[in-house]
Amino acid sequence: MTDDRRRTLLVILPAWNEEEALPGVLDELHATLPEADFLVVNDGSTDRTAVAARRGRTMVLDLPLNLGVGGAMRAGYKFAARKGYQAAVQVDADGQHDPADVRRVVGALESEGADVVIGARFAGEGTYTVRGPRRWAMKLLSASLSRLTRTRLTDTTSGFKASNRRAIELFAADYPAEYLGDTIESLVIASRAGLVVRQVGVTMRPRAGGTPSHNPAKAALFLGRAVLALLIALSRPTNPPIGETA
Amino acid sequence: MSGYYFALAGCVALVVFLTYLLRRRRLREKYVVIWLVVAVSVCVLGAFPQLVLAVTRAVGMETPSNLLFATALLVLLGVCIQLSVEMTEVEEETRTLLEEVALLRYDVQKLSDETVRTTDEDA
Repeated sequence: MTDDRRRTLLVILPAWNEEEALPGVLDELHATLPEADFLVVNDGSTDRTAVAARRGRTMVLDLPLNLGVGGAMRAGYKFAARKGYQAAVQVDADGQHDPADVRRVVGALESEGADVVIGARFAGEGTYTVRGPRRWAMKLLSASLSRLTRTRLTDTTSGFKASNRRAIELFAADYPAEYLGDTIESLVIASRAGLVVRQVGVTMRPRAGGTPSHNPAKAALFLGRAVLALLIALSRPTNPPIGETA
Repeated sequence: MSGYYFALAGCVALVVFLTYLLRRRRLREKYVVIWLVVAVSVCVLGAFPQLVLAVTRAVGMETPSNLLFATALLVLLGVCIQLSVEMTEVEEETRTLLEEVALLRYDVQKLSDETVRTTDEDA
């Protein structure tokens, strides 16, 4: 057992029905980051994601039921906290995040003195654009969360996020499973606990599978739910971070 | 007057049913209390309807039926909120358990892989 060794970086990939994209994404990540460990959190997939994830050095956490990204990520942070990882980075399993950016995002933890670093779109890098209510929602969220975290954030709903040991311990105890909780509320939780949040611009690649939605009604619904999620998160009483004891 | 006895019998049956569920552990005490309070008070009010009239006058309402409807709505609202709260709690507990199951599964898998390897080396 090597559990007592001080481990460095854990790449966490929450995966729900990603059997097609996952092998390619993992191979590319392994090649780009030979020093890191990889954990796929299989979020109750109904396809063969768990089998597809067992590639090379990849470790797999199998959730028996679907919990959503937030649920999968808290399980991942618990794993990182218990096995003593010094840093963890969340990367999408669908190949949208460029493995080449992972090192820059993780590197910013040290170079910027940050506890949480977001790999952000719209930060000068890449060509990803959105329009209509979805854009307003993102603008509004960015503005409010930038103010809260006292730094400029352009992409608060990004699923590309690096955390250091302090943030891992906080998120292992408290990471919301609600809609948008894994992005918006987690940033509120982090900044309320006194963690430093920073962002690094990244490029987004087209998804390996599936189609992004451009339905205006859905976008309006997203705006409503995002505002609600933010207001609730902000109005919540603050709890001092509880250390993981296991 | 037969409607009166029918209603009263219904209330008594409700109290008996709730007690039965509680005794058989089909219903936990924290959920049964509010229903017992409701059932017993309905029994009392059913047996002594003049009580309702007195309460109606005391709170300044015109008709006793309005008082009963309003109270019933409030009680049901309270029960619904209580159930939502308990539901949220149960979901959070489920989530924590699922995480533990996944983490334990990982450790078991790892241990069994290592055991197989050691046994192979010994052989």
